[in-house]
Amino acid sequence: MSQQLLQRFWARLVGHVDGVLLLLTLALMATGLATVYSATADSSSRLLAQALNMAVGLSVMWTVAQLPPQKLMRFGVPLYLAGVVLLILVFLVGIKVNGARRWLSLGFTRIQPSEVLKIAVPLMLAWYFHKHEAALKARHYAVACLLLLVPFALIARQPDLGTAILVGAAGFYVIFLAGLPWKVIVGLLAAGAAAAPFAWTMLHDYQRKRILTLIDPSSDPLGAGYHIIQATIAIGSGGSFGKGWLEGTQTHLEFIPERHTDFIFAVYAEERGLLGNAVLLLLYLLLIGRGLMIAANASTLFARVLAGSITLSLFTYVFVNVGMVSGILPVVGVPLPYMSYGGTALVTLSVGVGILMSIQTHRMLVRQ
Amino acid sequence: MLARQSQLAAPDRELARFRFRVGLAAVAVVAAFVLLVSRLFHLQVMQHDYYSTRAEDNRISLVPIVPNRGVIVDRQGTVLARNYSAFTLEITPSRVDDLEATIDGLGKLIEILPKDRKRFRRLLEESKTFESLPIRSRLSEEEVARFAANRYLFPGVEVKARLFRHYPEGSVGAHAIGYISRINKRDLEIIEENEQTNNYKGTDHIGKSGVEQKYEFQLHGETGYEQVEIDAGGRAVRSLSRSAPVQGNNLTLTLDIKLQEMAEKAFGDRRGALVAIEPATGGILALVSVPTFDPNLFIDGIRSDDWDQLNNSPDKPLLNRALNGAYPPGSTFKPFMALAALETGKRTPGQAISDPGFFNFGGHQFRDDKKGGHGSVDMHKSIVVSCDTYYYVLANDMGIDAIARFMGQLGFGQRTGIDIEGESTGVLPSPEWKKRRFRRPEQQKWFAGETISIGIGQGYNSYTPIQLAQATATIANNGIMYRPHLVKYITDSRTGEKTMIEPEPLRVLPWKRQNVEVIKRALVGVNIAGTSARAFAGAGYTSAGKTGTAQVFSLKGAEYKESRVKKELRDHALFIAYAPAEQPKIAVAVLVENGGFGAQSAAPIARMVFDYYLLGKLPKGAAREDDVEED
Repeated sequence: MSQQLLQRFWARLVGHVDGVLLLLTLALMATGLATVYSATADSSSRLLAQALNMAVGLSVMWTVAQLPPQKLMRFGVPLYLAGVVLLILVFLVGIKVNGARRWLSLGFTRIQPSEVLKIAVPLMLAWYFHKHEAALKARHYAVACLLLLVPFALIARQPDLGTAILVGAAGFYVIFLAGLPWKVIVGLLAAGAAAAPFAWTMLHDYQRKRILTLIDPSSDPLGAGYHIIQATIAIGSGGSFGKGWLEGTQTHLEFIPERHTDFIFAVYAEERGLLGNAVLLLLYLLLIGRGLMIAANASTLFARVLAGSITLSLFTYVFVNVGMVSGILPVVGVPLPYMSYGGTALVTLSVGVGILMSIQTHRMLVRQ
Repeated sequence: MLARQSQLAAPDRELARFRFRVGLAAVAVVAAFVLLVSRLFHLQVMQHDYYSTRAEDNRISLVPIVPNRGVIVDRQGTVLARNYSAFTLEITPSRVDDLEATIDGLGKLIEILPKDRKRFRRLLEESKTFESLPIRSRLSEEEVARFAANRYLFPGVEVKARLFRHYPEGSVGAHAIGYISRINKRDLEIIEENEQTNNYKGTDHIGKSGVEQKYEFQLHGETGYEQVEIDAGGRAVRSLSRSAPVQGNNLTLTLDIKLQEMAEKAFGDRRGALVAIEPATGGILALVSVPTFDPNLFIDGIRSDDWDQLNNSPDKPLLNRALNGAYPPGSTFKPFMALAALETGKRTPGQAISDPGFFNFGGHQFRDDKKGGHGSVDMHKSIVVSCDTYYYVLANDMGIDAIARFMGQLGFGQRTGIDIEGESTGVLPSPEWKKRRFRRPEQQKWFAGETISIGIGQGYNSYTPIQLAQATATIANNGIMYRPHLVKYITDSRTGEKTMIEPEPLRVLPWKRQNVEVIKRALVGVNIAGTSARAFAGAGYTSAGKTGTAQVFSLKGAEYKESRVKKELRDHALFIAYAPAEQPKIAVAVLVENGGFGAQSAAPIARMVFDYYLLGKLPKGAAREDDVEED
């Protein structure tokens, strides 16, 4: 009897969990936790907090995975509208920290609404395309672009280039996967290239500086270039096999800035070397591959483009972060999934992976 | 039909298109990952060595450990220069945003006087900004504790334990011992020339004068190094390896600091110089130049009012008169002239002249001090009574070339090569010298009349007290000439091995012993029955000496009356002597600027020095200046 109960409970527990995604997630989380431990060797409280964040993330993932895609679809519009309203509120009454207006004060805490849009935008757009699946016309793409542009512009204005890029990418992936005509893509690329000089003037000074220091980090070795220089020294000195866990001198002598958050990859690369990097990137690649497989096999347009967008967003996180830390992309505030310390990003990520699991595990039910 | 077909096929076409695009995305993802991996390969494999070096440079810093500077002691072992450790409060200007605010803040914890601020500002101007500069030295334990408790408020400010130099004897012997002070740009060049740059990392003081300067590289020692791991904030995290510094070598001077102190006191408030040499070695027993100064003032950077006082004083306390001052030797030149006459065969001891009180040459009358002359004067008498006429005639007979040749052998007009800096050459007059000295042809010619006053130590003659002392010691030592030196030996701090300085004679002058004896007997005569007899009355030893008076001011034939001449224009008093006459242990040259007659002011100083050095007697009260015979 109790065994039956246990069996049913187990079935309920794992019923909507994708084993592959879970395994990869757990492997990445373990790697991340070990790296955070090394990066914050001075304060053990961070490790505990991050472990807690991961536990919360896993439960969020599990919870989201239980919701069938049809139910998820219903969240699209309200979540999007709420997100945009909050962004407008940020624009009007947000708290300014370090020259950027990104937060809303709730009295007891403050929230960063742009984080919500990372999920809300692809959800909304996926819903929109799904709704007009039967007869997709040019205007639908135009409306979708508009739906994307509003939060993108609001976030970019805060300014928060990192989040804006991630939200913009998530939205773009949906539109692209929904079948945006190639003519338009080519046209947009051309227009983008033409607008680049104009965009340059729109950038904030610090953003321009980051791009310039990418080209020549030594031009500002103690300022903006310091991050890149110290991170590349950490990575390069790691060599093929790394200096060993907890042995990174760049890490433990505090030469790497933001070493437990955005620059955690430098810590990992210094201690684990090229071999460790290859393993880590392989884990990400498998995760992305699994996501794209889920997308390709999804039964509805909504599920397909949403899964595809979430997966490619995950890729964007990894590419932008590793590219930035290794000095081939400008420094933007993008965390490395499962590695960087911080609860918000983990929850957002978990929602994304939870959606992937939901899409994968509810596929059969939909087909039947 | 076409429309319907397309409608029917739409979901499949849409799915195919989606899968195609996902595939494209997958290709892009793989391409992006390949890009990342190749970037990482580039950094971690291709450029690994470069970045490893950079990482090591980041983390490892070589911290120099400054060695203890060698100690300087006198011949009795009395410490003249030592080190002590004290806490200083130091600021690294490059790590401080607002210097004034930081100093104000520190002032609330630790007393910082306006003079400290002033000194700090001066050091700041002279230094590189990454150096840490002292704002306060010699902190008390309580001050150190008070700062330590508040140190987090003052980034870029630290308490450091540093070694300081101290000269316990203060101003005594300051010109000989010298002092150290902060390294300046010129010192850096010298350090570089000597290939000592690495050894001076961390050292911020260097010898600036005296023995401290000349023996700098002996005294300094070898800098040790500690490899420390530093963090991004520049704080030392742990020590990786350490090589201990080697203490500098100790110097033992030939100087007798008690004799030095006594000799300085003997001058009272008069200006002058005294050089006492041990004839048998050339070791300097006392090197007096008064007034003197306190070398301790210079160590932390001298305060500007102290500096102004030293630098602008009309008494020029910073001038080392014993080495740098050149004076006509006056009558102290006569014994050397006499020896030259014997050695060149121009005179025999018994050959006498009749002194009418003057010597006429070329229409000019050269007068003797004594009106009516000394009567019949032989060599012995010429020295004892200091007869000018004898030497006017002698100089004329010898000629300038022979005089210059002989005097040059004795070291006149050349640097003695004493082991401290700042010696001047003086002037040994000769036709060649005149040619070098003057530019206009009519001035370059040597006139025979000019030779006459050379004979009595006047004219162009100009020598430093140390040259005079060296020549006196050479006579005392029967022609065996040593280079005067202040350092007796250097003790190697590692092996304890002693290196003697100048132990070999510089040269042995081939004088006939009987000639030297004539001069020596005459010099003894001077102290028994001659010009300085009064000063040496009742001495418990036999001494030899010669007084001298050097004209500062040309009287143009008028009679010299001391009372009528302003003090600065009064003649310089000179005295050379050695004792005991039979086996000289000490030879001196004394110069009292504007002291008048040598017998009156210079000889009593020599007496006091001899009494102290030979008998251990300290002078009773002040030197008597009255009741002495004329020069």
